[in-house]
Amino acid sequence: MEQHVPVLVIITPLIAAPLCVLIRHRRLVFAFSLLVCWATFVMTALLLARVLETGVIRYELGGWLPPWGIEYRVDALSAFVMLFVAGIGAVVATYAPHSITREIPSKRHYLFFTQYLLCLAGLLGITITGDLFNLFVFLEISSLSSYALISLGKSRRSLTAAFQYLVMGTIGATFVLIGIGLMYMMTGTLNMADMAERLTGTVAINGQLLVVNETRTALVAFAFLSVGISIKMALFPLHLWLPNAYTFAPSVVTAFLAATATKVSVYILLRFVFTVFGSDLSFTKLPLDLPLMVLSLFGILIASATAIFQSNIKRMLAFSSVAQIGYIVLGISFVSVTGLTGGIVHLFNHALIKGGLFLAMGCLALRLGSVELEALRGMGQRMPLTMFAWLLGGLGLIGVPLTAGFVSKWYFISAALENGWWPVAVLVLVSSLLALVYVWRVVEVAYFQPPLERQSEIREAPIAMLIPTYALIGASILFGIWTPLSAGVASHAAEILFEGMP
Amino acid sequence: MSSLPGLFNYWIVIMLMMTGFYIVISRGNLIKKVIGLNIFQISVFLLYISMGKVAGGTAPIKPAKSFESGSALQTFTNPLPSVLILTAIVVGVATTAMALALIVRIHEAYGTIEEDEILDMDQET
Repeated sequence: MEQHVPVLVIITPLIAAPLCVLIRHRRLVFAFSLLVCWATFVMTALLLARVLETGVIRYELGGWLPPWGIEYRVDALSAFVMLFVAGIGAVVATYAPHSITREIPSKRHYLFFTQYLLCLAGLLGITITGDLFNLFVFLEISSLSSYALISLGKSRRSLTAAFQYLVMGTIGATFVLIGIGLMYMMTGTLNMADMAERLTGTVAINGQLLVVNETRTALVAFAFLSVGISIKMALFPLHLWLPNAYTFAPSVVTAFLAATATKVSVYILLRFVFTVFGSDLSFTKLPLDLPLMVLSLFGILIASATAIFQSNIKRMLAFSSVAQIGYIVLGISFVSVTGLTGGIVHLFNHALIKGGLFLAMGCLALRLGSVELEALRGMGQRMPLTMFAWLLGGLGLIGVPLTAGFVSKWYFISAALENGWWPVAVLVLVSSLLALVYVWRVVEVAYFQPPLERQSEIREAPIAMLIPTYALIGASILFGIWTPLSAGVASHAAEILFEGMP
Repeated sequence: MSSLPGLFNYWIVIMLMMTGFYIVISRGNLIKKVIGLNIFQISVFLLYISMGKVAGGTAPIKPAKSFESGSALQTFTNPLPSVLILTAIVVGVATTAMALALIVRIHEAYGTIEEDEILDMDQET
């Protein structure tokens, strides 16, 4: 049983999804999905514990040996990403029933959970697989289900947002498919580890002996992959699908996707850049670090500045997400263990912070029916617990000490100073000030303005929603103080990624 | 190999890819966008199938016993890319179905499937 955990993590939610359609009954489906989500979370925790103890876990699907069969490969990075994806999946599923009762017609609830579990299975599958084509399939499973989830939103604009995301997402995924195809053409394998090996081998073209990863085909593949993945992870300026999708999706969906989907895409980028192509090709032979750094800095500053001018708080947080993806990519672009540790730990920290913030937004949307800044007036008194959770999350976004956000910023700034790039360190600090401005706008309205007359009846959100919200926000504070699980594992993962470097 | 006719398939792939991509970007009608997306995806299917071709190879079907001694049919094209593309076609069909379902709902909600009209209606509210 225990050696099958790697495949059970994927199969459990994947099989549970169609079962939800068969069960149909609203409460039963909820109870069943909850069970599945938490079971998946426990399994990912087991995997992480085992990886940290014994090193890489390999699992051959159907007993077919790699590189012919599909191999599941769990190392510190993938186990870490899986842990927080499944963890947030479980917490958000616990939170879901009250919120979707208000936002999704009750006859569609079982479909919501079906899509939710499919999306979870897809995201986990991307992180666990060691096979490139399998990765594409899981990418599409998670993408298609997230389009459907977004379109469940109450406003009709959720439909156009989902369509826009579908078009952008499909182009991104097809780019990834082209990249994988070109690499298969050069190496004749789809297994990541095997491909990494063969990419450093030689090939004869027109009588000339070339290293495979220096051929034009491999470079074109690399370009297609980087652009395709950048669309999926909403790297500035390819983020255009994200603000609308996050704004108009149901609150639960926004919380789940904001915390996990873009993070998993960053994981794909890390896998390709470090494991398949190797950091030597990506950063020494090709100047990938330069465009990543420039785009991430532009992304951080422009998206943070745009966030300041939003009147819809969900949209404001969506732009903030684009900025946070910028931070993560900035961490990668330092090409140092410290920077990469910062990037990986920020995947985790930002997932907790933004997940918690969007859950708090869900509480507000439940009671207020609106997420406009104006509606939040006086909510510091009317919904003190929800607003306090929001405040703590906001502090995490700014990167105040004792929050998880501070840990990540600390790594970014020390990595910048390590490389002697003090202007970058300054820009990181400036962008924190921008975050302070947009967080303060909400705090000011909620705490220092009197409530609107028509909202005197507003009560605190139900306890069943507050507990999951505080679970994520509390975790983001906990991991600001106690870092062995977050930064410890992240730096371990970063070291492993760099080991490929000759 | 590097001659133009030798790479005929790949020229078609690039042509289809750019055609599809252009349609997605330039057309405002959502159905046309989906058609463009389909052409774009199909070009990738062709790319995969072209690369699996082995010169002089035949369809990768296990020969009947009587043929096994004859060596003429021993070269096969690589079946793996075709199998991969079978999966990718399924993904493409699912994407198209999803897109069309969204378009039906957009039509119900907005009464139009022209992107600029939808944008105008969103601006008004």
